[in-house]
Amino acid sequence: MHRASVTVALVEDPGEARLVERLRAGDEDAFAELVRTYHSSLLRVARLFVPTAAVAEDVVQETWLGVVKGIDRFEGRSSLKTWIFRILTNTAKTRGQREARSVPFSSLEDADGTFEPAVESGRFTPVGHWADPPRAWPEDRLLSRETLEVIEAAIESLAPAQRAVISLRDVEGWSAEEVRNALDLTETNQRVLLHRARAKVRRALDRYLMEES
Amino acid sequence: MSIALAHLSCRELVELVTAYLEGVLPAGARKRFEAHLSQCDGCSTYLEQMRTTIRLSGALRVEDVSPEAERALLDVFRGWR
Repeated sequence: MHRASVTVALVEDPGEARLVERLRAGDEDAFAELVRTYHSSLLRVARLFVPTAAVAEDVVQETWLGVVKGIDRFEGRSSLKTWIFRILTNTAKTRGQREARSVPFSSLEDADGTFEPAVESGRFTPVGHWADPPRAWPEDRLLSRETLEVIEAAIESLAPAQRAVISLRDVEGWSAEEVRNALDLTETNQRVLLHRARAKVRRALDRYLMEES
Repeated sequence: MSIALAHLSCRELVELVTAYLEGVLPAGARKRFEAHLSQCDGCSTYLEQMRTTIRLSGALRVEDVSPEAERALLDVFRGWR
């Protein structure tokens, strides 16, 4: 795997090295900065592994404690962000097993299987051209609260593995590399899961925006 | 041009959108993809909608941490360091 070389490439961020030094020195502002940057993302990611929001809160608390206790041992072999989220996923997986209702993350591996088309086959002619091509969405409604709720509901209804990948990639803005490391996915599986997830969210948006226009 | 189009149907193109956006399409496939797009309004709209979907998903991100939660965490930090 070329994972090791990529990990090396992430290191050597002078701003981050400085932040780590401040944390080790007990600088509260540095810790507050870290909390503001990652707390809500940590909650969202924890929620992918455990059954309730309350358990996710516990897991994130435990993660921050792990960060505080472990910062002296942080070696900079991965980015600080990757290190923090690794503490989170380890904590969440352990906790999820104890709760016996965790996301079956082994199922992340078999992303292939049956083919799910991105677009309903009825929208194409037999030779594969658009029979019912997509029509432009009404711009003025795109940023309404309701439209965002449609997206949130669509993501919520996805299978766990697809939901995990789209949440990290598109909601949290992680790179493909970060997602593959956190969820232990191959490059292809990451992309297949993302593709299916995005296609479903687009379809949900299309149904919502076109039915009322 | 028509040969390039013949090699990639709209149904095939929509399945390549993620690979295209991720920048992992091989050069030949990428050329056919873009040649198709330049002549197909339906697929251009589809790609645009996919970009919009991604952008709007990013708008769901919540950045705030409640002041109480932040205070509680700072107490933990203070207690430990």
